[in-house]
Amino acid sequence: MLPNLTIHEAHDRLTRHEISSVELTQAILERIDHIDPALHAYLHLARDSALRQAQEADARLTHGEDTPLLGIPLAIKDVICVKGLPATAGSKILQGFVPPYDATAVTKLRALGVVIIGKTNTDEFAMGSSTENSAYGVTHNPWNTNRVPGGSSGGSAAAVAADLCLGAFGTDTGGSVRQPASLCGVVGVKPSYGRVSRYGLIAFASSLDQIGPLAKDVTDAATLLGIIAGHDSLDSTSMPVPVPDYASHLRSELKGMRVGVPKEYFIEGMQPEVEQAVQTAIAVMQSLGAEIREVSLPHTDYGLPVYYIIAPAEASANLARFDSVRYGLRIDRDDLWETYRATRGQGFGPEVKRRIMLGTYALSTGYYDAYYLKAQKVRTLIKGDFDTAFKEVDVIACPTSPTTAFKIGEKVDNPLQMYLSDVFTLNQNLAGICGISLPCGFDGQGLPIGLQIDGPAFGEETILRVAYAYEQATDWHKQKPVINVK
Amino acid sequence: MIIAHCSVFIYNRGMSITLQEVRHVAELAKLHLSEVEEKLYQVQLSAILDYAQRLNAPDTASIPPTATVLPLHSIMRDDEARPSLPVADILANAPARADDAFEVHAVLE
Repeated sequence: MLPNLTIHEAHDRLTRHEISSVELTQAILERIDHIDPALHAYLHLARDSALRQAQEADARLTHGEDTPLLGIPLAIKDVICVKGLPATAGSKILQGFVPPYDATAVTKLRALGVVIIGKTNTDEFAMGSSTENSAYGVTHNPWNTNRVPGGSSGGSAAAVAADLCLGAFGTDTGGSVRQPASLCGVVGVKPSYGRVSRYGLIAFASSLDQIGPLAKDVTDAATLLGIIAGHDSLDSTSMPVPVPDYASHLRSELKGMRVGVPKEYFIEGMQPEVEQAVQTAIAVMQSLGAEIREVSLPHTDYGLPVYYIIAPAEASANLARFDSVRYGLRIDRDDLWETYRATRGQGFGPEVKRRIMLGTYALSTGYYDAYYLKAQKVRTLIKGDFDTAFKEVDVIACPTSPTTAFKIGEKVDNPLQMYLSDVFTLNQNLAGICGISLPCGFDGQGLPIGLQIDGPAFGEETILRVAYAYEQATDWHKQKPVINVK
Repeated sequence: MIIAHCSVFIYNRGMSITLQEVRHVAELAKLHLSEVEEKLYQVQLSAILDYAQRLNAPDTASIPPTATVLPLHSIMRDDEARPSLPVADILANAPARADDAFEVHAVLE
């Protein structure tokens, strides 16, 4: 079945002219028609433009052209601008908005001749851990449709897991690529801060946001990351450093690799099956030649409060632009101020308003030093923990999420309980380092478990290499969900 | 241990901010809130801010703040003229327009 293919498998068949991009794209669209009513991974399908792009790719393939992504159907999270396709960011305030330009990541993908299948569901403005905060309805986990897919890039993770695309892009501000990858049993990469241009990404927290790939295996993730990575003159926070050829550095052994295991990431209250699966995965890495060392990240516990001050503070500033003047919803009132208040009051959902309120408070006169400045100082300590650890080890291995996919509705009334879903993925964003989540087992209910491998800033080559070696020694990534299509 | 700490965060129902402050912050943020929302956010923000008090534990007197992790400062592009996006494309998303401009209520009375 064509939708089952990985990107590298499809690429081989396309370049050998065994299949066409139009056949592949049609097979994906047919599968979406059959499966997605049960999942709701997509907010918008770009049927016509996808088939046009597939025809163009086929013409280039016929002429013997070759790129790693020529004719490959991909999905894009709805917070990333794709010219001519809606971009709602999962919010009513952006209903009907069609960006007049492409994000830099999308420009790079288009240059290689990809097929953009559509835009995937997300928590509103990427604020959430379950996609339940989307104004357009929840996405269901392909492994069990009563469960969340994680979030905020839940649509992209579910689409990859259910073979509704060959690969996808999401964004990760505090775990929003890695956690849904873990809960849906796929591979997800959070690049180092500054690795990928944020131009054309609808901003949530500007010092934390990164675009990252979700893929069926580590090889595909390496390919997708390599294409979007690199300096961009349109993003002053993108680093002018070279991009290694990630895919060509993958090796199936780990001799000499020092893997750190942080004791603070194996905690009371986490699901025992998750801890067991991750410990088993670490033993597998040891059998592949890695040297396992215990490390300590003593300020780990402060990550949650630091994150929930800094991210909302940045969000409250970024979301000030939704003022009903240039784009999006307008609820017209008698004067400008009332129009702002009414539009924003009705256009933003509960979680977004909660974070704008929290961030505005933390930045307001009299509270700035106590909350925002203090959080920035503790952020320095959290970053320092990783700097120290990476003097002794090459990578850090830990769980991605303390639990497998939870039930839809289980945490919606308790925002703080929901925030805990990201307890193992926030600090990497605060420190600006890179991380990958990949499948490492299943719990007793058949729900996927994710292994997280973190590396120092701009150490993507190393985490991909370690992840690849582990993946080659296991077959978790080859398991496919049986999707209950009602 | 993180989860144990957070149970405090979840079940603490102390009101560290007043309804007055909630209204003030909503005004700063230009958000119309219903009375139900005001009360809900008072409870939820109080719980989150109480939890954030934990940040007072580590001594940060000599620790500089981290605003960005990158060693980059004042990045400027060369000031070169480039074509802009077409006006029609930009205005296509405007909730209201008048000729080649966004139409809004008067800012100054």
